[in-house]
Amino acid sequence: MEKRRVVITGMGIVAPNATGLSQFEQAIKAGKSGIEFHQQLKDLNFSCQIGGMPKVTQEVLDNNFTALEQRGLLASGLIYGGIAGQEAWKDAQLEIGDELDTDTGIIFGTGVLGVEKLREAFHKIDDKQVRRLGSTSVLQTMASGISAFLCGKLGCGNQVTSNSSACTTGTEALLMGHERIQYGKAKRMLVGSCSDSGPYVWGGFDALRILPYQYNDTPELASQPMSESASGFVPSSGAGALMLESLESALERGANIYAEVLGGHVNSGGQREQGSMTAPNSTAVKSCISQALIDAEVNSEEIDLINGHLTATAMDATEIKNWSQALRLSGKEFPYINSLKSHVGHALAAAGSLELVSSVLEIKNGFMFPNLNCETIHPDIVKLIDEEKIPRELIEKKINLLAKASFGFGDVNACVILKSYTNE
Amino acid sequence: MTSEAIQERLKTIVKPYINNQENFEKLSKESDFINDLEINSANLVDIVLDVEDEFDIRIENDDMEKMTKVEATVEVIQKKLSQK
Repeated sequence: MEKRRVVITGMGIVAPNATGLSQFEQAIKAGKSGIEFHQQLKDLNFSCQIGGMPKVTQEVLDNNFTALEQRGLLASGLIYGGIAGQEAWKDAQLEIGDELDTDTGIIFGTGVLGVEKLREAFHKIDDKQVRRLGSTSVLQTMASGISAFLCGKLGCGNQVTSNSSACTTGTEALLMGHERIQYGKAKRMLVGSCSDSGPYVWGGFDALRILPYQYNDTPELASQPMSESASGFVPSSGAGALMLESLESALERGANIYAEVLGGHVNSGGQREQGSMTAPNSTAVKSCISQALIDAEVNSEEIDLINGHLTATAMDATEIKNWSQALRLSGKEFPYINSLKSHVGHALAAAGSLELVSSVLEIKNGFMFPNLNCETIHPDIVKLIDEEKIPRELIEKKINLLAKASFGFGDVNACVILKSYTNE
Repeated sequence: MTSEAIQERLKTIVKPYINNQENFEKLSKESDFINDLEINSANLVDIVLDVEDEFDIRIENDDMEKMTKVEATVEVIQKKLSQK
């Protein structure tokens, strides 16, 4: 069976440094940080008192949630995902009608949804007030609440589900949707991911002592992927959404095409070899990248830009080594590489989709956003690749092929190959 | 409190949940929450919670089951208020 070609025809984003596609593009081009100090984290005795929280105006909220839907709405991930998902739909110039759209499905993942709402519910239940939880407690706290919410808003009648694979969630969602369209099971798949913000999501990471605690007075400098002084990832949140569509369907309705999804791969390191719950098995990481190239039928030399996972920990050098070995490229031959986490921190389950949206914008509009806070590159990285391959300033350049990978807690990997779309 | 006064306050409470504006404007004792006002059945529990807060009363499950129409709801509220 011949696989169908899949393109991206719409996107939406709610990121700590900008809400909405055009604002987000401006922000990443300008190197605008979304990391801020949060008094609430200080009051709760967090070591790391900084993080990335998107700003959502009442106007944006009103455009995406009815007054009734806003009552008791505490699930921040649902807010971010609901906005990003609907933005992607509108951006793809799709209508919202009363008819069921059986050609379109949703795969929108998350790590945990609605922890603020859960907290409220636990308190009420412990106070013997379970009867006063209200009607939206389930929607706001089930993992698939986000896909269920978008389904109701948009009337999608194909597969509607939420995946969950920690930091790879967004990239995995894209590959799952891609496959469904490739095999003709759907014409369009709205894919993406979201993550709640705040102390109840970030607390577990603060407890692991893997967050930077030295930058509470200088939050914008804290997230330092690939830097010699990288001291941990900055917790963050948000949502990204992409409308995948068969090329045939996109051409038929004259849709704007951002880029083509050529292929990719997902796997796991099984927490064997160097792999563990928190560290990746490098053999599996390299295999994931190689298999993605094979699936996309491209040679490593053709890759113009890598959007890395690169969280700003000691593992960044290992990641670069894995890329270098998997691509069999080093020094000046190595592709350009950047990390959105230097702008917005690590948005956990939302990271993959935020980074995919930034990658697709780079392809569509021909630029590479700068890596921030990376004045001195880690010496182990400089040994592997040329410093010039790590842009520290905005570079305007045509990007034809881009590799995006995400590596997640639990030793899970996903890599996708995106290509600029030319009418051929 | 008169049943007319209760009904007036109930009208304000259900307003955010209704999906049929026309029937809401001509709301009467006979109005049915689901069939006439097209309120989502899941929201009936929210209406009960709002009624509890508005009138400072507590409504148990057996009374809640009766609260599908305006008249029956007003009666339940009136009964609860008289027991206070």
